[in-house]
Amino acid sequence: MENEAGALSRVAGLFSARGYNIESLTVAPTEDASMSRLTLVTRGSEEIIEQITKQLNKLIDVIKLQDLSEGTHIEREILLIKVKAMDNGREEMMRLTDIFRGSIIDVTEQAFTVEVTGTGEKLDAFIEAVDKQLIIETVRSGVTGIARGDKCLRV
Amino acid sequence: MELTGAEILVRFLKDEGVKHIFGYPGGAVLHIYDALYQQEDVEHILVRHEQGATHAADGYARATGKPGVALVTSGPGATNAVTGIATAYMDSIPLVVITGQVPTNMIGNDAFQEVDSVGITRPCVKHNFLVKHVDDLAITLKRAFYIATTGRPGPVVVDVPKDVTAAKADYVFPRKVQMRSYNPVTKGHIGQIKRAVKLMLSAKRPMLYTGGGVILGGGSKLLTEMTQLLGFPITNTLMGLGAYPGTDRQFLGMLGMHGTYEANMAMHHCDVLIAIGARFDDRVTGNIEKFCTKAKIIHVDIDPSSISKNVRVDIPIVGTVDQVLQDMLDVLKAKTLKPDQDGLKNWWQQIEEWRKTDCLKYENSKKIIKPQYVLENLYKVTRGNAYVTSDVGQHQMWTAQFYKFSKPYRWINSGGLGTMGFGLPAAMGAQIAHPRSTVVCVTGEGSIQMCIQELATCLQYGLPIKIITLNNHCLGMVRQWQEFFYGGRYAMSYMDSLPDFVKLAESYGHVGMRIEDPADVASALKEAMSMKNKLVFMDFITDQTENVYPMIPAGAGLNEMILI
Ligand SMILES: Cc1cc2nc3c(=O)[nH]c(=O)nc-3n(C[C@H](O)[C@H](O)[C@H](O)COP(=O)(O)OP(=O)(O)OC[C@H]3O[C@@H](n4cnc5c(N)ncnc54)[C@H](O)[C@@H]3O)c2cc1C
Ligand SMILES: Cc1ncc(C[n+]2csc(CCOP(=O)(O)OP(=O)(O)O)c2C)c(N)n1
Ligand SMILES: [Mg+2]
Repeated sequence: MENEAGALSRVAGLFSARGYNIESLTVAPTEDASMSRLTLVTRGSEEIIEQITKQLNKLIDVIKLQDLSEGTHIEREILLIKVKAMDNGREEMMRLTDIFRGSIIDVTEQAFTVEVTGTGEKLDAFIEAVDKQLIIETVRSGVTGIARGDKCLRV
Repeated sequence: MELTGAEILVRFLKDEGVKHIFGYPGGAVLHIYDALYQQEDVEHILVRHEQGATHAADGYARATGKPGVALVTSGPGATNAVTGIATAYMDSIPLVVITGQVPTNMIGNDAFQEVDSVGITRPCVKHNFLVKHVDDLAITLKRAFYIATTGRPGPVVVDVPKDVTAAKADYVFPRKVQMRSYNPVTKGHIGQIKRAVKLMLSAKRPMLYTGGGVILGGGSKLLTEMTQLLGFPITNTLMGLGAYPGTDRQFLGMLGMHGTYEANMAMHHCDVLIAIGARFDDRVTGNIEKFCTKAKIIHVDIDPSSISKNVRVDIPIVGTVDQVLQDMLDVLKAKTLKPDQDGLKNWWQQIEEWRKTDCLKYENSKKIIKPQYVLENLYKVTRGNAYVTSDVGQHQMWTAQFYKFSKPYRWINSGGLGTMGFGLPAAMGAQIAHPRSTVVCVTGEGSIQMCIQELATCLQYGLPIKIITLNNHCLGMVRQWQEFFYGGRYAMSYMDSLPDFVKLAESYGHVGMRIEDPADVASALKEAMSMKNKLVFMDFITDQTENVYPMIPAGAGLNEMILI
């Protein structure tokens, strides 16, 4: 969409006004600074998704829209998780991080901060695998994605 | 040429071909008013409340097909305008509303008379802009007019901070706009159009259901031609009245909640439904589960989001009515095939049976004025040629039923938002646009009081509007629902302490008439219409117990009407 002040609130406002739900939303400028790319995850019947698509296309600031789930695509989300890590718990956490191909990006005597990237499900699984007692804080970026193969979203 | 932002704004309006704007001054727009003062190309109409400005601009647009323009100050000026903006939005009316704003360096500071106009209006505009720099002013205004008038029309708000109107910039009128993110289609898909025509010709019980889009898109002539070529029955929505001659035999009247028996029954039983520029509103469909269950549906609309929103359609066609109707006609004429004549004959026989119900009949009285009787006479006295605005309520429905509109742009009412207070300012807009035509505002004693202050505007600009108040001493439409669905508990629907409308009109410098005897209805209307240069406020005291029939109760199908 146009990288304009207010463009994001038009999208958010549309979802709340029409009662659609936003599961996650990410947005950042593209290589062409006059445009930004917004990835939004929502859920609904075929009819609702059709209406959402049409309503979004109607927004003047939306330049182009692609439903990634219509084709094969790659989805990525980033998780930063701060966990208590002491004594042999540190070993344990390093192993778990390895299994999920994550990395430890910050360390104190008491805690690790771990970064994991992947699909939403993979991040869910990671969180699930960590002992609840050990989690200090989590932050997730929201999902972003891109179509597989040569297909692309370009203006 | 270097001009101030205010001068640019006014010059732009002139160059864009705007002749009239409706507005109200205030601090944030003083530079603009100063620039208006120093020229004569754009006439500014001073309303008495900003709601009146937006409704008047809206009435102007509906009566002409051109965009209406309003100018209001920041803060309360902008919030007062919101009802009018939302009204235009719901009915897809092209408006450009210029709102003043506090200076850019004060935005966000809770400055005096600051509101977030762009934020407040966002959900009820087609688009809006905040102009942050004088260099962007002319091009933004151009975009606003372009967006308001193309595709599915709608209101656009341009918020202009005061310092932007003082700053200077070079001005050249931007003749063209191009927007990579906004390119409305016009032509319909020819393959779809051919499929649609094939389906239409195969129909045994076809039905045309057409709406406001035909008027907005200037498709009335083509629609009439196609309908008559096919010999199909046709119905209009409340917003579509006038797009097809209301007196023609093929016309079944309005459909929907207060539509005719024949129109609703034909909808319910048709096998092919051709929807053109109509949006399957809930007042039209009744219970969606029971809507046109036997029909294959073709839908022509400029807005893809109108298509298959409430009702799944079989052949969607995205395009403007004029283009699509022209293509349909070309395909029809090229084909040697004719509609199914036997099928049509039987279908018309059935429709004529339904028609015999005479669902709009009412019992006239010699003692008390029946509202329907006033409207029948209004139709006769004005020969169906007036521009008629209305407010919202029973009087609106009776006008739709009894005034047989035969030309587009003549019927001006708030359908989607249903805004009481719309009628009088909208009539001002229509009268400004057509100074020599008869403009009538049919209203209720409830609605008229919502923008009554505009009587002063009418005097100032010599607008000879004829106001027909169907005064039933109650919020009739509310009362009707309470009678039908709330056991006759008339909570707050009685209009007590009414003003003496005759004296009120007189105190504003107009002519007032009160009519209580049915025998005087016709002569009073004639007398009023003969006062060409005067606003006449006609206060018809009508039967409070009269209800609007037919009526489809909530949750019912189109075949389940309450008849009288
Ligand atoms: C008290 C009350 C009672 C009412 N009762 C009824 C009733 O009994 N019956 C009834 O019909 N209505 C009734 N209404 C009105 C109702 O609420 C809706 O406003 C109305 O039905 C909508 O009309 P429409 O479908 O023609 O759509 P509009 O609101 O006129 O929309 C126009 C459609 O045409 C499309 N369009 C616009 N321009 C073009 C173009 N150039 N080319 C192609 N498509 C275009 C738009 O995208 C849109 O889908 C009532 C309202 C009130 C206040
Ligand atoms: C601004 C606004 N407020 C409330 C309503 C709800 N409403 C719809 S019809 C109606 C009654 C209108 O009364 P009146 O103008 O006297 O017309 P009548 O129905 O009696 O002909 C009301 C209150 C509305 N449509 N608009
Ligand atoms: Mg009333």
